[in-house]
Amino acid sequence: MRSLTKAALILLALSTAACTRPDRFADNGNSVDLNSAGAGFGGSASDPTSPAYFSQTVGDRVFFLVDQSTLTAEAMQVLDGQASWLLTNSDYLALIEGHADEQGTREYNLALGARRSNAVREYLVSKGVPDARIRTISYGKERPTAVCADESCYSVNRRAVTVISIGSIG
Amino acid sequence: MHMFKKFMALVLALVLAGPVAAQNGPLRLTITNGVIEPLPFAIPQFQAETAGSEALAADISRVVAEDLTGTGLFRQIPPSAFISQHASFSQPVAYADWRAINAQALVTGAVSVQGQQVFVKFRLYDVFSGNEMGEGLQFAGTTQGWRRMSHKVADEVYARITGEERYFDSRVIYVAESGPKDNRSKAIAIMDSDGAPSSIQYLTSGNSLVLAPRFSPTGDRVLYTSYESGSPRINVLDVASAVAQPVSTAPGEMSFSPRFSRDGTAVIYSLSSGGNTDIWRTDLLTGQHTRLTNAPSIETAPSYSPDGSQIVFESDRSGSPQLYVMTANGGEARRISFGEGRYGTPVWSPRGDLIAFTKQNAGRFHIGVMRTDGSEERLLSSASGSALDEGPTWSPNGRVVMFFRETLGANGGPSLYSVDVSGRNLRQIATGGFASDPSWGPLQR
Repeated sequence: MRSLTKAALILLALSTAACTRPDRFADNGNSVDLNSAGAGFGGSASDPTSPAYFSQTVGDRVFFLVDQSTLTAEAMQVLDGQASWLLTNSDYLALIEGHADEQGTREYNLALGARRSNAVREYLVSKGVPDARIRTISYGKERPTAVCADESCYSVNRRAVTVISIGSIG
Repeated sequence: MHMFKKFMALVLALVLAGPVAAQNGPLRLTITNGVIEPLPFAIPQFQAETAGSEALAADISRVVAEDLTGTGLFRQIPPSAFISQHASFSQPVAYADWRAINAQALVTGAVSVQGQQVFVKFRLYDVFSGNEMGEGLQFAGTTQGWRRMSHKVADEVYARITGEERYFDSRVIYVAESGPKDNRSKAIAIMDSDGAPSSIQYLTSGNSLVLAPRFSPTGDRVLYTSYESGSPRINVLDVASAVAQPVSTAPGEMSFSPRFSRDGTAVIYSLSSGGNTDIWRTDLLTGQHTRLTNAPSIETAPSYSPDGSQIVFESDRSGSPQLYVMTANGGEARRISFGEGRYGTPVWSPRGDLIAFTKQNAGRFHIGVMRTDGSEERLLSSASGSALDEGPTWSPNGRVVMFFRETLGANGGPSLYSVDVSGRNLRQIATGGFASDPSWGPLQR
């Protein structure tokens, strides 16, 4: 019974993440990509060493269940890709932004965003990315990517975004 | 008799006591619960005693009237109904003329201007007993500060009739918001507590994200969270000069949710380190940091009791955000919220008897109050709540709660509201734009 519940939860997590890829919102202009690279920085998405490749092909963000900071199986898969990219492209630093949806108080969501960004940091470190190359920040509910007031938006706002840069951590 | 007991037990609402017309003894609004019948008052336009002060006299009498009617406790009788206009401040009151239009209270005043100085005199009369209530008073100030003098007159009238502490002559600091929802610009703003757009001043530029400003006990400084450094950090802002500087908190990735201690010499706040958020205290004089909670759960939104001996805060140690009370030195905390749903942003009433909070239940947000042991929970911001009500703050006399209500969706945004602690008189505060995170300052001196 208990493992069934767990299995159902994971299934839910997978399906939630699967149907709420950022691309979906980028396509219809309903979102702002926080990691959108400026001219001359992003490079070509076909170049595997480019930030554009990192954000579009590797995937710069992972999503969370309501109030949760536990990484889903899908999130771990994305982070595996991030870790290997960061290990290959060792000039890059990573700033991990933790975000929450608007259901919750400002203060609680700031703390929840800190938990989420830290969960990503710990996972990347466990995969060999040096801790010194990673910094975390929480935006709580201050920077939604999708602005509607239902789960279709909330599920993409509950996220941790890995923002990469060369040199000092932005 | 039963009614009287009820009246004694429910100290939380304002209502008129006594029959409206035939009263014996002095005019008095007493505190109880029930249906309110606002007290009718007349305020003839204050007399202009010097040439050129007519416009100021009109403005001042208008703001006095608006302060009083804004409480929901008073009803202004329109000047068109007046029998006499009470032209001279010094002449005897023709009580019969005011009784005839059923004015229970009469406020008269006079304004004179000398250079940049303005003097406002006023008297308050109990019309039905035919007596002056208290003594006439004169306030002196600058022409620029005329709104404050209006608030001071209104405070005197309010205090004399209700027996409550004054609160109109106070200011509110808040976050003024602009721009699209996914990239909001936020600036710290300050205004008179009645929210007049003309009283608004901006204290930060809006270039970096700022959150949740909190007044010092004397109103001279403001703590807030700023992203200016690249991480959420606590700043302290001098209100008069609008100069901000960082507070040196204990080491950690981010610090936020600050409040001053009751003597203004220390800050309690949330500090996140390694993804875990706990409550800390930093002495602003010695720079000493003290950890007040130590748990793997989220501990945030601390607020001192008025005597400074206890702290109420929000924690999800039980699995969902709930309210807890601990001593000011930290240690064991006891949970006080046991209703359905999630609780956050607790703030202790300046009277010490109540804690206001944000409550989230079944997809709705509410502002509520409970006693400090968690009993007698009541929701203030309408029974049905709203899509997003958050962040209560108390008027300096503990009678009114201000908060923000957000309309959702792409074009939605927050506005400030106030509500009487009885749950009556919910009203929107005009700020001329989106506004959130209010913090109500002390009565000005």
